[in-house]
Amino acid sequence: MTDEQSPLPREVRVINIGLERFADDLRSLGVPVVQMDWRPPAGGEKKLIEILDRLTVRS
Amino acid sequence: MNITEANRQCLDKIQASTAVWTGIRPAHEVISGMNDYTVLHAGPPLTWKQMCGPMRGAITGACIYEGWATSPEDVDKLATDGTLLFDSSHHRHAIGPMSGIITPTMEVNVVKNEVFGIETFSTLYMGIGKVLRHGAFDDEVMTKLRWMNRELAPLLKAALQAAGGIDIKSIVAQSLQMGDELHNRNKASNALLLCSLVQHLIKVGTKEQAIRAIDFIDKAGHFILNVVMAGSKGMLDAGSGIDGSTIVTAIARNGYEAGIRVSGLGDRWFTAPAPSIDGVYFPGFGPEDANPDLGDSAITETIGLGSFSMAGAPAVVEYIGGTAQFAVETSLKMYEITVDEHQTYKLPPLNFRGAPLGIDIRRVVETGITPVINTGIACKRPGVGQIGAGLTAIPLQCFTAALEAFVHQSA
Repeated sequence: MTDEQSPLPREVRVINIGLERFADDLRSLGVPVVQMDWRPPAGGEKKLIEILDRLTVRS
Repeated sequence: MNITEANRQCLDKIQASTAVWTGIRPAHEVISGMNDYTVLHAGPPLTWKQMCGPMRGAITGACIYEGWATSPEDVDKLATDGTLLFDSSHHRHAIGPMSGIITPTMEVNVVKNEVFGIETFSTLYMGIGKVLRHGAFDDEVMTKLRWMNRELAPLLKAALQAAGGIDIKSIVAQSLQMGDELHNRNKASNALLLCSLVQHLIKVGTKEQAIRAIDFIDKAGHFILNVVMAGSKGMLDAGSGIDGSTIVTAIARNGYEAGIRVSGLGDRWFTAPAPSIDGVYFPGFGPEDANPDLGDSAITETIGLGSFSMAGAPAVVEYIGGTAQFAVETSLKMYEITVDEHQTYKLPPLNFRGAPLGIDIRRVVETGITPVINTGIACKRPGVGQIGAGLTAIPLQCFTAALEAFVHQSA
């Protein structure tokens, strides 16, 4: 990505959290990307998140 | 007591525990309730109908060994009419790899956690390939089983008496620094065990008996595994029953289900269907021949060994598949779901960081990372034996069920 094409003022280095597809797209444009291995807590399951929150209070 | 304090109490007991191989005794003399027709097995409790081929094969061999039956048909009858009394070995401070079958007159390892006065028991390791624990029971297997119980066991018992017991925790700690992970790789630990035993074997037996015993333990390769398993169980049993603790104290599989037990949840099992194994097969075998995951040997991972200590055992990947880098990454991942580091079991490639210890059900559910297990692959057809080795993971469902039970219990 050239400076002229970029909406950002200077070279971009990216940490991507979540869908790796975004990182792949940026990599294909030559942007340095680090993909962070992250998932929402308890796979995003509300019931389990509530249980974990309740237990955190008791920790 | 809050969860952090309960977990600390649980882990302090595990850390303070010892494991001394003190003897070998017939199961009925040391394991509670080992009456005639009692059959202990690996993993959570299950019925004859639910048992896989290797477990049924091993029970058949054990019944023939005990003189309760002479054929598989006899054993099927004894099982279906309720004569055979099945129970999980874990319920009696006992443990065994793969089918893990223990019947009353079988000789078992006795390992003592001296700090807490807990004795645990395990089957004698029989070797690789066509062996009883994989469901083999032909004449060759039965002859070996009889030799082990009638010659090897008394000799080892006398040698252990002469040695005053052998410190297994110390051997584990040393061998972790020599490239073992103590589940699928026991090159150093088995040799260290032999070094501790050999002078006593020579003292207590004839030259021929001692040579046969030394040769068997050496060639079996993993003879120490069952002793380490009993030792690991004794340590984890010391940490069991702490009210309010979310630490996993047992992981076991029976070929039908995988199950876990949690310190603060008593003797309950939380189960899910036994997973398949991603592994390397011996020539002539493939995934279509494999039985789902089986055995109590995941107790090694529960205490921080096996896949949890793979970072220190790069050569194990030649056996189970993967790369040395993968071995390191696997151990690092296991720190994500544990809340302590072992004070005695250290991993040189991680700057002597303690092995990941104390699997917390909250962390497993929160991260979605489940314990990885280094394991052998049993052929689903009884009588064939081990057909490979690889990695599997304990299903998340076991941990979510335990977490829900925990919050329900403490509500």
